[in-house]
Amino acid sequence: MGLPVRIETRTGDTPAHKRTRQIARPPDILLTTPEQLALLIAHREAADLLANLRCVILDELHALVTSKRGDLLSLALARLHRLSPGLTAIGLSATVREPDELRRYLVPQRPSLTLPEAFPSSPAGEGGRRAEAMADLVVVKGGARPDLRLLESNRPLPLAGHTAHQSMPAIYELIRQHRTVLVFVNTRLQAEYTFQELWRLNDDVLPIALHHGSLDAQQRRRVEAAMAAGQLRAIVCTATLDLGIDWGDVDLVVNIGAPKGASRIMQRIGRANHRMDEPSKAYLVPANRFEILECRAALDAVEAAAQDTPDARVGALDVLAQHVLGMACADAFDPVHLYEEIVSAAPYAGLAWEDFEAVVDYVATGGYALRAYERFAKILRGPDGLWRVRDARTAQQYRMNVGTIVESAKVKVRLVRSVRAKPGTILPKTGRVLGEVEEDFAETLSAGDTFLFSGEVLRFEGLMEDEAMVTRAGPGTDPAIPSYAGSKFPLSTFLAARVRALIADPFEWDRLPRQVADYLVQQRSRSVLPGPRDLLVETYPRAKRHYITAFPFEGRLAHQTLGMLLTRRLERAGLRPLGFAANDYGLAIWTTRDISERIAHERNFLAELFAQDMLGDDLEAWLAESAMMKRTFRQCAVIAGLIERRHPGQKKTGRQVTISTDLVYDVLRKHQPDHLLLRAARQDAATGLLDVRRLGMMLERIQGRIIHRALDRVSPLSVSVMLEIGREKVYGEGADEILAEAEAQLLEEALG
Amino acid sequence: MALGQRLEKTSKPTGLTLAGEAAVLDLSGALWLPAHRTLVVSDLHLEKGSAFAARSGQFLPPYDTRETLANLHEAVLRHEPERVVALGDSFHDARGPERMEPGDRAMVAALQAGRDWVWIAGNHDAAVQEGVGGRYAETLTLGALTLRHEPVPGPAPGEVAGHLHPCGKVAMRGRAVRRRCFVSDGARLVMPAFGAFTGGLNVRDKAFEPLFATGFTAHLLGDGRVFAIGRQMLARD
Repeated sequence: MGLPVRIETRTGDTPAHKRTRQIARPPDILLTTPEQLALLIAHREAADLLANLRCVILDELHALVTSKRGDLLSLALARLHRLSPGLTAIGLSATVREPDELRRYLVPQRPSLTLPEAFPSSPAGEGGRRAEAMADLVVVKGGARPDLRLLESNRPLPLAGHTAHQSMPAIYELIRQHRTVLVFVNTRLQAEYTFQELWRLNDDVLPIALHHGSLDAQQRRRVEAAMAAGQLRAIVCTATLDLGIDWGDVDLVVNIGAPKGASRIMQRIGRANHRMDEPSKAYLVPANRFEILECRAALDAVEAAAQDTPDARVGALDVLAQHVLGMACADAFDPVHLYEEIVSAAPYAGLAWEDFEAVVDYVATGGYALRAYERFAKILRGPDGLWRVRDARTAQQYRMNVGTIVESAKVKVRLVRSVRAKPGTILPKTGRVLGEVEEDFAETLSAGDTFLFSGEVLRFEGLMEDEAMVTRAGPGTDPAIPSYAGSKFPLSTFLAARVRALIADPFEWDRLPRQVADYLVQQRSRSVLPGPRDLLVETYPRAKRHYITAFPFEGRLAHQTLGMLLTRRLERAGLRPLGFAANDYGLAIWTTRDISERIAHERNFLAELFAQDMLGDDLEAWLAESAMMKRTFRQCAVIAGLIERRHPGQKKTGRQVTISTDLVYDVLRKHQPDHLLLRAARQDAATGLLDVRRLGMMLERIQGRIIHRALDRVSPLSVSVMLEIGREKVYGEGADEILAEAEAQLLEEALG
Repeated sequence: MALGQRLEKTSKPTGLTLAGEAAVLDLSGALWLPAHRTLVVSDLHLEKGSAFAARSGQFLPPYDTRETLANLHEAVLRHEPERVVALGDSFHDARGPERMEPGDRAMVAALQAGRDWVWIAGNHDAAVQEGVGGRYAETLTLGALTLRHEPVPGPAPGEVAGHLHPCGKVAMRGRAVRRRCFVSDGARLVMPAFGAFTGGLNVRDKAFEPLFATGFTAHLLGDGRVFAIGRQMLARD
């Protein structure tokens, strides 16, 4: 446009000479990331560099504030407000439920400080509560309503499953009729499956591409470039393209599978047609009968322009620890001043002084009650009361480990020549890299297992160092490893409530496709349909086992946690549970002994089974060994700098040298259960992988509202959960059961 | 999570005959030689946490030493040995004993009281010779058994060694279980690392090949007992 304005970018890929130049001669506008901003404010020159900063613009703010990345950004923003008091912060969002939460995020908060008496200078208690600090709100009215429809299928949909294979011909037809279609799915494996199915139907050889986070970066760049050039007719993609991809002339969005949240689906629809005056066009494609209900609920929500973005976060302590070290790298800090700055960031407005002290203590020497590391302290308090970073090496360590995104360890997938090697034979390390898979997944593969990746069925040959060697499986081979095929995102509380209301109200069923209405009628005649606030529990025998299914509709994560806890309680009650399966709507547990009989003879058995106190000792006992809790702890340990990040390209060192965070978790839990990192992991467990908070709200909701039916066979509703068995990993199978089975094989050989 | 009956750690001792001598594989990772009233533990790596803090500023919890000693204490109570042999790499580094907390030091002394205590020299702690009680030895011979830290390549009947930190992995039906283990072919034995912060080397690693030319059985430390797993059921990492 010829304006005399210099715009530059600064990301992890920006070369060192350009970074240095940007510090010496800052551009007028800098496009950057939260991680790079954290590094900038930790720079020794930060105060001079940023003193005249005039404006900060945060795009897609709703998506940032719900993560630890948002916590990190809020702390940086607090520092920017202090360095440049006249600063204007602007947030942009198209999908937000509570605009006030974003408005608070943008400006310094003035919480009533909780400094102890020792700090009389603090402004605590001055004139009671002040007016809330919030940014101004500007709402852009108008814009065409989205044209959103359910893709109706003539064929009956299955009761479970996420592949939507019945709808592939219809989706292919839509691709033929439009210029460019974005086909969204919820997981990488669904993306792989859909891509393969569409190409199976692709008689016109339309350019259809695949895009997800595990593919090789070069491959992704090629797809993006082709899209921008208008060379593609369709891209099958995951959440990697949810935000901000405005290239290409997309005239239709197809969303396969349940939308999981109203705001999420709105964001995706927004990828089609960016002109304000024309509607975005989109189809929702349910993959099973329950997803029809969920899609219907989402359509209603979009019609009502209702949003369900998650609640504002309480700032994480591990992120704060990272920030405190960064601030010591920037300059010596006075703890009271730094505390005042930190509580001006909305997520940390409620931070207690004692917790801040604990964080500083953690950064200095690890925060251990056994004060063993005083002489190795990373930050030191001088006689002037100011904290300083120990040395240049510590500052360098901070810079190498900045950020809140902890990638799970990945292994490269390399396509090698089709050799049928004997097990244990070393394969030649040549051939093309197809992308990466999680180490956790690769570790569960045995030679000969087949799985879907990069649009093909691959045969796993073995792991070599940090690479998974694969060959192409023969034509017609079905992938044998049923990697997790469900949704990555749990059903939002808001949509769950709408689904429960839909089920409870027969007058609403007219709006549902016939097959779903029939299904609900059957459920009503064979068992019962629960009211919107009720919990339906069914018990029934099947194939010499006894089953209990429950339908809380609280999302897969909360149900998995509930399943683990209920299994413990059933074990203690002597019912001998064998395992359980969960999906977004409910869970099923199977036992050796008869649950129906027990409920009939013992009043209050169910009420006690689902009592809120399961979030006490039972939760504690389970957290001690939960693999998900250990993963959560590992992430906190990396963010807080206890464990160094593994950088891409860095050789995996032997396990004898590295230290496993699982061992650290076990030892720390035993010897200092209130340690800062355990508290941080616990806070994450409340909303993250374990969704304990949502489980707690559910247990409260259903008190006195459990409806039990003892059936002589499985009900239509329960079938949907039963079908998850075998499709997903079965929980509750202990390490010893696996080991016992492996041991039995040895005995068999010895005897046979 | 073990849904079945949880077994007490002492309930099912796993016996083994090693070069003609009776040996019991304790679920803690210790080896009990009843004929010699001797308990053997390998690779304690005491003060590994503080070694990381001193060297790289990584503040791992400084509780690994007391955790390891507590586990050893339990094993000692179970078997009431007349002799305890620490099979090398007892300290993570030569300065480990200096960094040890007074309480942990007292615990070591209490464990040593009234019994013969032998520190076998390892590669991490070869320089540690004094100040932590007991006596020192390069190797120790007990009947048909030779106890040393690092296994010698090629056949070595009767050798009991550590150093390698063996771990076995079983992958089945989409789940993988990786545990510390004893490895033996009936002639020699490699012991698991006993220390709370010690990781492990997969027994399918080539480091084990020169030791077991004709195959081996790995005895994995489960939650409730020790499991004997054949080589063909063990996965690589």
